Amino acid sequence: MRAFIDLYLQQFKTSLAATLQYRASLAIWLIGHVLEPLVFLIVWSTVSNSSGGSIGGYTTGGFAAYFILLMLVNHVTYTWIMYEYEYRVRNGTLSFALLKPIHPIHSDIADNIASKIITLPFMLAIAGMLVLVFHPVVTPSLWSLALAIPTLLLALLIRFLVEWTLALAAFWTTRVSAINQTYFVLLLFFSGQLAPLVLYPALIQKVAAFLPFRWMISFPLELLLGRLSTGQALAGLAAQAAWVLVSYSLFRVVWQAGVRIYSAVGA
Amino acid sequence: MEAIAIQIRDLRKVYVVSERESGVRSALRSFVHRRTKEIHAVDRISFDLTPGEVVGFIGPNGAGKTTTLKMLSGLLHPTAGEASVLGHIPWKREKDFLRQITLVMGQRNQLIWDIPSMDSFELNRAIYRIPAADYKRMLGELTELLDLGPLLRKPVRNLSLGERMKCEIAAALLHRPRLVFLDEPTIGLDVTMQRRIRAFIAEYNQRFGATLLLTSHYMADVEALCRRVIVIHHGKLLFDGELANLVQKFTTYKIIVLQLGDCQADLSKYGEVVACADGHFTLRVPKEKTAEITGRLLADLPVIDLLVEDPAIEEVIERVFDQKDV
Repeated sequence: MRAFIDLYLQQFKTSLAATLQYRASLAIWLIGHVLEPLVFLIVWSTVSNSSGGSIGGYTTGGFAAYFILLMLVNHVTYTWIMYEYEYRVRNGTLSFALLKPIHPIHSDIADNIASKIITLPFMLAIAGMLVLVFHPVVTPSLWSLALAIPTLLLALLIRFLVEWTLALAAFWTTRVSAINQTYFVLLLFFSGQLAPLVLYPALIQKVAAFLPFRWMISFPLELLLGRLSTGQALAGLAAQAAWVLVSYSLFRVVWQAGVRIYSAVGA
Repeated sequence: MEAIAIQIRDLRKVYVVSERESGVRSALRSFVHRRTKEIHAVDRISFDLTPGEVVGFIGPNGAGKTTTLKMLSGLLHPTAGEASVLGHIPWKREKDFLRQITLVMGQRNQLIWDIPSMDSFELNRAIYRIPAADYKRMLGELTELLDLGPLLRKPVRNLSLGERMKCEIAAALLHRPRLVFLDEPTIGLDVTMQRRIRAFIAEYNQRFGATLLLTSHYMADVEALCRRVIVIHHGKLLFDGELANLVQKFTTYKIIVLQLGDCQADLSKYGEVVACADGHFTLRVPKEKTAEITGRLLADLPVIDLLVEDPAIEEVIERVFDQKDV
């Protein structure tokens, strides 16, 4: 266990050092992460204002709260692994990772957490500014706020495992960008990034409940906003637990199959 | 400790690659029906390495050297055959196995590009769970042997190729592997740096008794480091034995250098005249006739000096690889 903590600490330091090397790319990345929810916020505020100040239970202030918190939830849960894996497979850095007596996922986990720690203060500062400009209205209960923390971590875990597993498509094809595009469209639509899921037709909401995306972003967000009953919250937790199991199993199976391919066709 | 560091038997690796001619028409045809071809990268090779040995693994590009190294280090799964490396089956990639080996590839790098080598070293310390005292000692030794002092704090991207290679090698050896695979460790380096890396590799072998398997295109590397060489060509094992015997086995001629007063004489009846400069003739003669021809030369001509040599090792190797069906 101590060796493990040591490993993570060391990986943190490395990731910190590497991330801080590039201030400009960090700034560009931040802008990207702020811009998307900001655009949706402005769109939906405008729509809400023009339809009498409220749509589907979301007031203009409600929309502001939704998209500002969405920005933070997305920040906590997102990963960039799907953009990187193809490069690793092609240029052989994965070979070095496979020669190490440790599973390569650990360095990605540590890297993910480290870079989020660096960027979180910026995100919070930006969220603060948006609060001043857009006057969000939010009335969560204490229990739902408390529950939001573990659900946020579960959401991160699900998203990390799903995206890490999808990234392994690079073992089979050199055209991973098509897969990535499809995935991101689905994610945008079904995770609540485009609009609150309650605004969708009932059928789509049902579909969303069976897909992993809601449990990666929307669910913790709904808890933070205080929009769920205790029953819904517990059912959501169960769904998250199920998705953790599913995504972990998938990750194990796909990883083993992928490494088998990699070591068959030439590492 | 095992009596055998590496033992491989009838190891094979066959790649299936798709092939097609250039042009739109054949592109369409291959879209419908993909033609594939089997490439026998490694074709039933067997050899053993005893602990502490330094063995040169040579062959032209595409001979199957890197494929073999990748199978032995566990990156590639063979098509057929058996291997036992430090008592493990390498492609199972057991942690206990991976902790005892390393692979240095001259054309690839494991160091993190944007940060100083020292940070990558620390990461390897944690990954290999090297005890603090051992790490400190090893880092000290490597720093001294490779003269790393001023390099460790510079971002890797700011290092020259040679400097980076030294850091790469150090990073790969921090955990004191008992078995080291070196794939072209001196490629692209200048002569001085090659010599330094060579001296270091010899020193590492001496100091830690590690087993080393080395591929290189520079025969100087092999001559300086390896008593034993394994030659492969088209995936097949051509030769396994002492370097001196390789020269014996594959050389069909000797070189006679003799000094006369000038370059006027016609020596073509004694052998093939390769060159003459300043009265020094270089003759190529069939190996079995060397003694006889030498005698005739000494009797017939006013010889000032005479020297019989083996041809340069590069030439021998080149001839081996030139043979089509071996």
